[in-house]
Amino acid sequence: MVDILKKLTNAVSVSGAEEDVSNVIRELIKDCADEIKNDALGNLIAVKKSGKADAKKIMMAAHMDEIGFMVNFIEDSGFIKTAPVGGINWTAVAYGEVLFRSGLKGVIVPEGKTWPNEYNSAKMYIDIGAKDKADAETKVKIGDTCTIAPKVVELMNNRIAAAKLDDKIACVVLIQALLEMKNVKPAHDLYFVFTVQEEVGLRGARTAAQGIMPDYSIAVDVTGTGDTPECYPMASKVGSGAAIKIMDSSVICHKDMINLMMKTAAEKNIAYQSEILTGGGTDTAVMQSAGLGSIAGAISIPSRYIHSGVELCSMDDVRACVDLLKASLDKIMQGAI
Amino acid sequence: MNLINKELLKKLCLAFGPSGNEDEVRDIIIDEIKNKADDYYVDKVGNVIAFKKGAKTPGKKRLFAAHMDEVGYMVTSVDGEGYLKIKPVGGIENAVVLGKQATVGEKRLTAVFGGKPIHLLNGDEARNSRSNIYLDIGVRKKEEEKKDENNKNNNKEEKKEEQKPVEIGEFAVFKSEYSEFGQNKVKSKAIDDRFGCYILLEMINAELAFDSWFAFTICEEIGLRGAKTAAHIVQAERAVIFEATAAGDIYNKKDEFDTKNKNKVCELGGGAVISLMDARTIYNKELINLALETAKNKNIKAQIKQAPTGGNDAGAIHQAGKGAETLAVSLPTRYIHSPSCVADYGDMEECLKLALELEKVI
Repeated sequence: MVDILKKLTNAVSVSGAEEDVSNVIRELIKDCADEIKNDALGNLIAVKKSGKADAKKIMMAAHMDEIGFMVNFIEDSGFIKTAPVGGINWTAVAYGEVLFRSGLKGVIVPEGKTWPNEYNSAKMYIDIGAKDKADAETKVKIGDTCTIAPKVVELMNNRIAAAKLDDKIACVVLIQALLEMKNVKPAHDLYFVFTVQEEVGLRGARTAAQGIMPDYSIAVDVTGTGDTPECYPMASKVGSGAAIKIMDSSVICHKDMINLMMKTAAEKNIAYQSEILTGGGTDTAVMQSAGLGSIAGAISIPSRYIHSGVELCSMDDVRACVDLLKASLDKIMQGAI
Repeated sequence: MNLINKELLKKLCLAFGPSGNEDEVRDIIIDEIKNKADDYYVDKVGNVIAFKKGAKTPGKKRLFAAHMDEVGYMVTSVDGEGYLKIKPVGGIENAVVLGKQATVGEKRLTAVFGGKPIHLLNGDEARNSRSNIYLDIGVRKKEEEKKDENNKNNNKEEKKEEQKPVEIGEFAVFKSEYSEFGQNKVKSKAIDDRFGCYILLEMINAELAFDSWFAFTICEEIGLRGAKTAAHIVQAERAVIFEATAAGDIYNKKDEFDTKNKNKVCELGGGAVISLMDARTIYNKELINLALETAKNKNIKAQIKQAPTGGNDAGAIHQAGKGAETLAVSLPTRYIHSPSCVADYGDMEECLKLALELEKVI
C-alpha cells in the first residue's frame, strides 16, 4: 500500500485541480468497477453494481485533493506570490520545497525581517530561480498550482511520515478495498468516490452525494491523535487500530453506523478505537445531509502532525481500516442496519 | 461607438432593490424580457428564471446568472422623534455612508445617514468605523403633538394607531445619482450587480447560438440564497456568472498612487475580469481557458482577477445538485458597496462582447 501512496502523492492535486491524481487512481482501479466516471466538479466515481432494481446505495468517500498554493502574482523580480488553497500551516511550509503540476520545482520562503509568528501568504513567496518576471513567465503563469514536494519516510513499527498524507492515505484505503473486492458482485450498489475540493469546504462530496443520493455513507479520512507531547486531549492513538468516528466539527455520526462498526471490528478481531475530532470537518457531513439524508459514519486513519508535511501514521492502522471498511460493507449489505 | 444601452443600465441601477425586496428590479426585468424570452417565470423565492431558444440545443445545459439585489439597510427601530435605527443588509462599511442620502421604505422617503458629531467622539470612536449610524428622515414631533400623545396614553379609550412614516422592517438603499464623468466613466449605486442583470438582458435580446437559461437571482449579498434555489430548478451543467468585482487600482499598501500595485485585484480599463478562485469557488479551468482564448481571438480586453477575494452566486451554483462547471466574468468596479461605484464604459463593452462571444462557444 505504501507504493500506492507514493504514486498518489507524486501527483500534484491541489483543490480545484485534481485531474492528475484522478488519472492515477483511475488507472489503478480500472478493472475493479462496473462504471468509472468523473462528474462536473471532477469527482471520480467508481460504481460496483448489484444489478438489482431496488438496490440500496452505499457511498464511500476519500478526498483526492490536497492543500496547496495557487500562483497569484509574479513580481518584476521573478519571485512568485501565491494564494493559499485550504488551511496552510505557514510555519510548516516555510523554507520547504514545492512542486508544480508542470514538474517545475521551487522553494517557498518568508520575506526578510519576518518572524515565524508573522508567516502568512502575504509574507511568503516562491523562488523558482528565475532572473526576472519574463524569465519566470516562461515556466509559470497565474493560476498554476503547487504543493509541498512529495516525500514518504519509512519509520519504525511500520509507521510512515509523508507529505500530503491527508487524504491520500484514505484514497489508498478505498483503492485497496476495491482491488481486494475486484471479483465481488455486491448485494447492493457500492459507490467508491474520490472527491475533490474537500479542503476548501467539502465541495466535491456535496455534489457527488447529491448526484448519488446514498442510503448509507462512509467517509475515510485522517483524524488527529492525542499521543504526542503537549497535544490536546484525544483518545485516538497511532497504532491502536482503525478509528471509528463518533463526531467531528461538521458531523455527528449515526449511532447505528458507529455500533455496527464497533461490533464488526470486535467480531472480526480488527484493532479499533473511537475518535472525536474537535478541530476539523470531513466529507461525512455532506453525505449525511444530501437529499433525504443517509445513515452516515466514517473510518479514520489516526495521524500525527496533520497539514505539516511530515504527517505520520501506522500502516497497521491503515490495514485495519481496509479490513473494517470491507467487513462493515458486508454487514450493511446483509441488512444489519 | 458605445454598445452599452445607458438608459437601461441607469434604470436598473437606480431601481430600489435591497436583498429580500427586489420587486422594482424584477418588474423592470420582466418588462424587458416578456416579449423576448421564450419562457420565463418567477420562482417561490422571487428569482426570475428565463429560457431562450438558440439556433441549436447545446451538449451541456447552460445557465447565465446575475443577482438583482443590492446592499442596503433595514430599519430595526423607529424612535419617537423620527430617527431610524438600522442594520446593514449585506456587507457595508459604515464609514462609507455617513452624510450620504438614502431612500427609505414603501413611501420612498429621502433620508440622511447620521452619526455622532466628531467633536463628541473620543479618539477611539473616531478611529473605528462607526457603529451607531442612524437614518434621519427629517421629521420631529412638535411640542403640542407630544402633549396630545401623553393625554392619549392616559385615556385608553382614545388610543389610536399612530401613522408612522416608516415601520420596523422596512428597507433603505443608497440614494445617489447615475452620473458620467472623467474619461468614459460612470458613477452610480448598485452597479454590483445591476450591470450583470443588464448583460443578461442583452443576451436575451440577442440571437443565441444555443438554447440558454437565465437566472436573475435574489439575496446574493446575504449569502447567495436565491442562486441556490435557481440552480436546483435549472440543474445546468455549465454556468457563467456576471458580476461586478472590486478594483483597488489606486493606492498600494504604502499609500502611494500605484495603479499597477499587486493588491489591486483588477483595474479599470483592463477589460472583463476572469476569476480563477475566490472565497466560495474554484472556477473550472476549461471554462477559464475558453474565456481567455475567446477574448484573445476576438480582440476583447480581458484580465485575470489577481486575488482570491469575494464571492458570488457561483459559490451556490457550482455545488447545487450534481454540480456545474462555472465561470465568473466581472466588471472591474471601484468603491463597490458604496453609493458611488465607479466603472468604465469601455470595460462594460468588453464584458458585453465577451458575454455574447462566450455564448456561442460554451
